[in-house]
Formats: sequence, structure tokens, C-alpha cells
Amino acid sequence: MIIRASRFASACLASLVAVFAFGSAQADEVQVAVAANFTAPIQAIAADFEKDTGHKLVTSFGATGQFYTQIKNGAPFEVLLSADDSTPQKLEAEGETIKGSRFTYAVGTLALWSAKEGYVDAKGDVLKKNEYQHLSIANPKAAPYGLAATQVLAKEGLSDKVKDKIVEGQNITQAYQFVSTGNAELGFVALSQIYKDGKITSGSAWIVPASLHDPIKQDAVILNKGMDNPAAKALVDYLKGPKAAAVIKSYGYEI
Amino acid sequence: MSLSSADYSAIWLTLKLASLTTVILLIVGTPIALWLARTGSWLRGPVGAIVALPLVLPPTVIGFYLLLALGPHGLIGQLSQSLGLGTLTFSFAGLVIGSVLYSMPFVVQPLQNAFSAIGTRPLEVAATLRANPWDTFFSVTLPLARPGVITATILGFAHTVGEFGVVLMIGGNIPEKTRVVSVQIYDHVEAMEYAQAHWLAGAMLVFSFAVLLALYSSRKTKAGWS
Repeated sequence: MIIRASRFASACLASLVAVFAFGSAQADEVQVAVAANFTAPIQAIAADFEKDTGHKLVTSFGATGQFYTQIKNGAPFEVLLSADDSTPQKLEAEGETIKGSRFTYAVGTLALWSAKEGYVDAKGDVLKKNEYQHLSIANPKAAPYGLAATQVLAKEGLSDKVKDKIVEGQNITQAYQFVSTGNAELGFVALSQIYKDGKITSGSAWIVPASLHDPIKQDAVILNKGMDNPAAKALVDYLKGPKAAAVIKSYGYEI
Repeated sequence: MSLSSADYSAIWLTLKLASLTTVILLIVGTPIALWLARTGSWLRGPVGAIVALPLVLPPTVIGFYLLLALGPHGLIGQLSQSLGLGTLTFSFAGLVIGSVLYSMPFVVQPLQNAFSAIGTRPLEVAATLRANPWDTFFSVTLPLARPGVITATILGFAHTVGEFGVVLMIGGNIPEKTRVVSVQIYDHVEAMEYAQAHWLAGAMLVFSFAVLLALYSSRKTKAGWS
């Protein structure tokens, strides 16, 4: 009985596999874990990528630290677009990635932003004035943009002064949300969240000079699950190409 | 390794939040439950549905609407600003408001069921003995509804301790003000501090089990939440 049942099950499985293998012969699907700050650019890139290669992109957005935990526990992601360079390095050292696939796909830019027009001046002096109640940042322990924000505050000698005004979002999306809803007057966000085609889309912002914090290098890596998936390789190649580079730059990243 | 001082302050904050929320809910929830149990009004359905909404809605939805409502452009935010309180997001008071809404059904429903189960007979008897409504409530209704009150208290408290999404959305993760245990655990996991996460998460598990064990062991009948 049991043997017959398991034979039946394996027959079913085999035919299922055959169906999927056949389906994927034309177009492969690639599951990508994407750092929250790269949400808008990857959506723009995905459309071009799918048109140019015929592959399909399945994206999940979230915090890099959370993705790390999920990947270590068997998440089905094939490519990780991290918000930092240390998480992909760590995964590589732990044997979770395809060796040699890691590269920097974007360098993030930090911005001090307010949803109010004219609130933030061109030099970010508003930070030193004591006129605001809340300064929103991403959690510095988990999010690279949050860490960069604390470095800027330290360099400007403001760490102690603003300590009681800081509110933390769990990731950069939430840090943005606190500012966009007006609950925090000011916040450090990713420029990519408020920037399109060379200008700030709403409110007012100070684009923080890169010299005030460690570079926010965002690395991509192919994970073990993506080993035999041509779409994973295709995506990584596409991200290195000129078409993706133009999109990435248009959102205010360096490459 | 064991719990850090930040962990202890998160625990203390959580207990403070849960206690205050439970007390407020018992005070606010009792008249609502009484009304729901007794009324013949057509409003009974809509009000009951509103009270039960947090059971169904994802906490992120409640949190998101609260973020807008408590914010400078929201209704509650404008009210609190005009009272000179500023906005309530990122504050302990804001968390209390969020928790009261979020845990409301866990207090109101057991109370409502308990009040319904009493029926009208004991109240009629009390009335014939010339007890006034307050007297009836405190010497007849409340003692008879005691198991329901206990259930409501325990569930309201425990559910607030387990709250996460709402706090995450409106709290801003401020130590000693809005960083409750569930957020602290999430923080540890995100920062890959698994050992610390284990300690706190383990404590939470033991606490939750103990609470539910006390609740289910104390119940003598199988008659549901009463």
C-alpha cells in the first residue's frame, strides 16, 4: 500500500517537474530579494528586463537583515540585492552564495528630507536648528542608511543634541513613511525614494555629501538556490549593463 | 549571555503598557459590553462589528490608519495639537491609544458574553427589591459576571503584551518610550543578534503559555468565553 502510494506520488511529482521544466524552457522566473530602498528602481528595471530577455522577475521587498535570516532558513530567493555589502559578504563566507557572483550594483546616496517645501535648506543647516520635534532615521543596527545617518550626526557633532528627537523606522521605507505622513518633520532617507530624473519629487531635501559617512555600497549576489537558473545569471548581467545603469543613476545612485 | 538592561527596560515598558491598556479597557469596555448585551437597538450589529474589527484587520492596517489619524494632518492629531499636547505618534500615550483599539474585542467580547449569560431575571429580582441600577450592577451583575471579567482582563493584558504591528507603525522604536518587547525581539533578529533574541523570545513564550494555562485551567465549564 505504502509503496504503491509513494510510487503514485513520485509519478505525480515527475509529471509536475516535467510540466514546470517544459514551462521554463521558454522563459525562466527568478526570485529576487530586494532591499527596500531599491524598490522603485527595480520596478523600472524589471519592465525592461522582462521585455529584453523574456525572463520574469518575482520580487520581494524588505530589510536586508530580515532577508539574511530568511535565506539562512531556506527562503526560495535566488538573487539578493542587498542594501549593504556586509550581508552578501557574510552569506558568501557561509557558503550560501555562488562564488564570484558578488558585485556592487549601486552606491546609495543619503538625503535629509522633509515633506514640507522649503523646510530643508541646501546645506542642511536645519539639522542644527532646534525647531523640529522628530528626526526620523532607519534602524542603524539593521539598515545601512540608518548607520550612515548616525555617522553624519556624529560628524556634525549633533549626536547628543538630537538624541531625544530620533525616531527609528525598522527600515528605510518606514523612515520615509514617518516623514511623508508629517509625523516627523525631518528624516534621513535614501535619495532614491525622493528623486527621479535629476530632481527631488516632493518636499525639500539636502543631499548629504558622501564624505560625511562611509560609502553605502549595495552588493548583489546569486544565492545557491539560483545556481542552475539562467534567469538569475541573466538578471545579474543585466544589472551590470548600460541600460540598467542609466535607470539606477536616474534614481540618484552612484555606480 | 542573558538579558541586557535595554531588554529589561523593554519588558518594564511592555508591562506598563499592558496594565494601563487593560485598566482603560475594563472601564471603557464594560459599558459597551453591557449595552451590547442588553440593547435591542439596530445599532447593536454595527457597533459589535466595529468592536470586532481588530480581530480581522491586520495590525499594519490599524497602525497605518493610526499613523495618519494621530499625525499632524489627522483628526486626532489636530485635536491633540489644539489641546497643546502635540502629536501623539512616537509617544507612550499614542501606544496606549493604539493598544486600546487593538485589544478592544478581547475585553469587550468576554464581558458581553458574561453579561448576556446572566439574563434579565436576576436584574428584575433586584429591581423588585428596589435596588437602583448602580447597586444592581455592583452587587448583582458584576459578581455573576466574574469569570468573564477575569477572562477579559487576562486576554486584554496578554494580547497587548503580544502586540507588534501597531507599535511598529506608530512607535518609532524609542528606548523606554515605545520600544516594547516584541519590537526589541524584532530588532535583535534584524541585527542578527540571535542569542539575545532567543532569551527574550523564550521569556515571551513562557509568559504566554503560563497566562493561557492559568486561563484554561481556571475555567470550570466548557461553555466558551463566559
